[in-house]
Amino acid sequence: MALLPEALLFLGGMLTLVSGSFTPRTRQWRMSLVAAAATVASLVASLVAWTGGTRAAFSDTFTVDTSTGAARVTVTVSLLLILLIASGEVRDHPRESETYSLLLFGGAGTLLLAGSTDLAVLVVAFLLSSIPLYGLVGIMARPGSPEAALKTYLFGALFGILLMLGAVLLYGLAGRAGYSSLAAELPDAPTAAVATGGVLVLMGLLFKAGAVPGHFWVPDATQGASVTAAAFLTTVPKIGALVAITRLVAVLPGELRWATVLGILAVASMTIGNLAALAQDDVRRLLGWSTVSQVGYLLAAAAVTRISDQGQPALLFFLAGYALTNLAAFAVAAAAPERRSLEGWAGFASARPGLSAALVVALLGLVGTPPTAVFIGKLTTMGATWDAGLAWLAVAIALNSVVSLFYYLRWIRAALRPAAQRGEEAGTGTGTDGTGGRGAPTAALVAAFATVVMGLTAGPLWLVLA
Amino acid sequence: MLSVLVFLPLAAAAVLLIPRISAGVARGVFVVVTAAELALACLVWARYDTPAAGALAAEEQARWIPGVGSSYHVGVDGLSLPLVLMTTLVFLACAVHALREQRRPRLQAALFLFLEAVCLGLFVSADLILFFVFFDLSIVGMYFSISGWGHRDAARSALKFFLYTFLGSLALLLGFVGLYVASDPHTFDMVELTAHPPLQGHGVAGGLVLAAVLLGLAVKTPTFPFHTWLPPAHSDAPAIGSAVLAGVMLKMGTYGFVRIAMPMLPDAWRAWAWVVIAVGIVSVLWGALVAFAQTDLKRMIAYTSVNHMGYVVLAVGAAGVLADGADQARQVAVTGAVTQMVSHGLLTAALFLLAGSMFERTETYDLDGYGGLAGTAPRYATLFTVAAFGSLGLPALSGFIAEFQIFAGSIATVPVTAVAVLGILITAALFLRALQRVFTGPSEGLSVGFTDVTPREWVPVALLLAVSVFIGVLPRTLLDVIEPGAAVLAHLVGR
Repeated sequence: MALLPEALLFLGGMLTLVSGSFTPRTRQWRMSLVAAAATVASLVASLVAWTGGTRAAFSDTFTVDTSTGAARVTVTVSLLLILLIASGEVRDHPRESETYSLLLFGGAGTLLLAGSTDLAVLVVAFLLSSIPLYGLVGIMARPGSPEAALKTYLFGALFGILLMLGAVLLYGLAGRAGYSSLAAELPDAPTAAVATGGVLVLMGLLFKAGAVPGHFWVPDATQGASVTAAAFLTTVPKIGALVAITRLVAVLPGELRWATVLGILAVASMTIGNLAALAQDDVRRLLGWSTVSQVGYLLAAAAVTRISDQGQPALLFFLAGYALTNLAAFAVAAAAPERRSLEGWAGFASARPGLSAALVVALLGLVGTPPTAVFIGKLTTMGATWDAGLAWLAVAIALNSVVSLFYYLRWIRAALRPAAQRGEEAGTGTGTDGTGGRGAPTAALVAAFATVVMGLTAGPLWLVLA
Repeated sequence: MLSVLVFLPLAAAAVLLIPRISAGVARGVFVVVTAAELALACLVWARYDTPAAGALAAEEQARWIPGVGSSYHVGVDGLSLPLVLMTTLVFLACAVHALREQRRPRLQAALFLFLEAVCLGLFVSADLILFFVFFDLSIVGMYFSISGWGHRDAARSALKFFLYTFLGSLALLLGFVGLYVASDPHTFDMVELTAHPPLQGHGVAGGLVLAAVLLGLAVKTPTFPFHTWLPPAHSDAPAIGSAVLAGVMLKMGTYGFVRIAMPMLPDAWRAWAWVVIAVGIVSVLWGALVAFAQTDLKRMIAYTSVNHMGYVVLAVGAAGVLADGADQARQVAVTGAVTQMVSHGLLTAALFLLAGSMFERTETYDLDGYGGLAGTAPRYATLFTVAAFGSLGLPALSGFIAEFQIFAGSIATVPVTAVAVLGILITAALFLRALQRVFTGPSEGLSVGFTDVTPREWVPVALLLAVSVFIGVLPRTLLDVIEPGAAVLAHLVGR
């Protein structure tokens, strides 16, 4: 029963898929309720399991601890928000119920990735979380989506092979696949071989996280796929991948060396993501690159989980805060699907004042403006990296935050600009326009509000995570 | 008490976000709440007893993020209380001035009440994270004020302002994290960090952390060479935005010097005091000279702010130079610096509100376009003249008290700072020249048909100037509060 939350998500996905094929095309929205119910059940099971303390399951191949618990709660809450976003976008689409089930399958795979403490389970989890991703990117048959899906698939296949290669190498060196045996055996193994194996496994996980060097698919997929898929693939896989990275580097010998490697990758990720986002005009592509930079900050926290005892809670808090903030931004984009280029956002503030407030909160939150959750995440990450002796990483985070301000502000400016020839009708226009529906605006408001609440109540949350 | 002071305007701002509230009600709420804030601040002042060295009065503390050693901790002492009162005065003046605002008055009132909350919150914070939260939120609020209600090239100026000051705030945050990591046990509490400065004797680390903090504060203050965001931000901001930006928000930088940089990094501060003094002198002279070259009224006032803040930087730098028997002088320099913050807040806010009245009538700040304005608008001319004389440091106004003490204290410790007296001379020349250009002679150009100020415009300015005259004539009321705080600080820096 240690895997109950994952099992519930998986069963929910199956149920949605099967019963979806017996439901008339126009009644497919019912499947979103099934999916949401399964997610809520999984959330409840996660919370119950969290109170049970740390334990290992299935002969040490899966660990249930604070990291797993936090990942489960973050993933299920994110899935609920994504289902809300999806309810407007894919309503009455021929692939509606399939989308819901793919979301749940992907969530289950990610959770498996987060909890696995065995190389074999890690490989399986990688595949389980990747395959639904390819489907999600391509399922909506939009002009850009086949290309995006193919690109995602090819990169996924390549990095998956690297991961398997690395896993085989480490397995060969240690003689067993469990992480506890890796920790025991690897210090005596040849350093170069261990380094190669570790880097290869890391590559696969960095693909899942959407971090440099496995980031090439992220901007294309966010631009080409549906907003639902984009919101999912920039949020949920990162949670599993980053927790998996901390578990992996915790058993590799040479803690400071791995922290430095991850730190350098973190700086590369945030810098490349930020610089690329500067020039973007399509808001979804901009958000795609923004997530590449955000995962850089997260990687910085992941780098020091082993050295500083602040690293772990900082990462888990940051992950949850990032997920909410990022989903708020995507939900606003989903609520205004007709607005793609930055110029198209003119007049948004007067047409949808509530949503523009959510957008401002989300974007300033991504910058790291207090008192939102990402601010606390960034702050504690800077503290943890400095504490671990990597003060340069803290400096890099600060400098990159300044750079990121440029493009987030460009979007805010565009949204606040008055539309040509349109009167101010504040308070109206909150109804549906285009194909947005009610779900996405609700998700945006809830998520934006939650980021502020999470920042203000950081104290008690921190105690739970520490 | 202090929490009410901080959260009352925040609550009012939240209420004003309800779309159905009419413009008239919103303007009324703005005035009533800012007046209530002034009354509350006076009450805090009346109940204020000088706290023991290193402690705070009216202290409140609540758990916030114990895991990282940060709490909701507020309190006031002689360095912050005068700024709190000054802030509430400036905001009340702005509220009255904005009574005729036609562009989205409800949102503007909400935004400025939000700004009042974060400004007051910053001055009463006794926790670095709380301080930083308010520091950053003030930038966000001011950005929306300039971009939403500014004129001319407002969007661009607002962006420049945001980027510049945000860069500064992140440098500041780095410095805070450095202080936090170095402290044992790790804490962000200002009182703790002041009592046990963490980086004493760590020359290089202390210097780097101080450099980060100084960079952040120098951008905000602003000092030369980080002042280039200020003139465009001011000239394109709305009148009350400029008044708050120059009157209150610039003080956040200088307040950071006396609240954070000096007492928490005394070792490093003393080591780098010469750099601070040099930056102060250059700011004084550069600000004055560039102001002298301006023909745009708002840009001129903006550059005199660089000059006036330069005096403060100069004084706090001089307070870090230990010389034999100079303890008294260092104390006087700090007192002068804090007095200057209050004085500059009052006088500059008055000048910017007057500049706003000018723009409302003629849509230009060009000084050359006017002549003989005293004939057509005598009340306007009187107020402007008083504010200008206050700003150039005429006795009987607050500016004199401040600058006199700054120079008395600084020159006694570091004689070379006497160079900066030239700044006063240039400021005097530029204000007199501006007065002569705009107000004297026969009415011509834009002065023709210039209607005199209405009560809505002159009452807030007169209020600010009256307080400035009060400080100038009866300085003890203010100095009795500041001096004990300054004495403690001078001692802390000498550790």
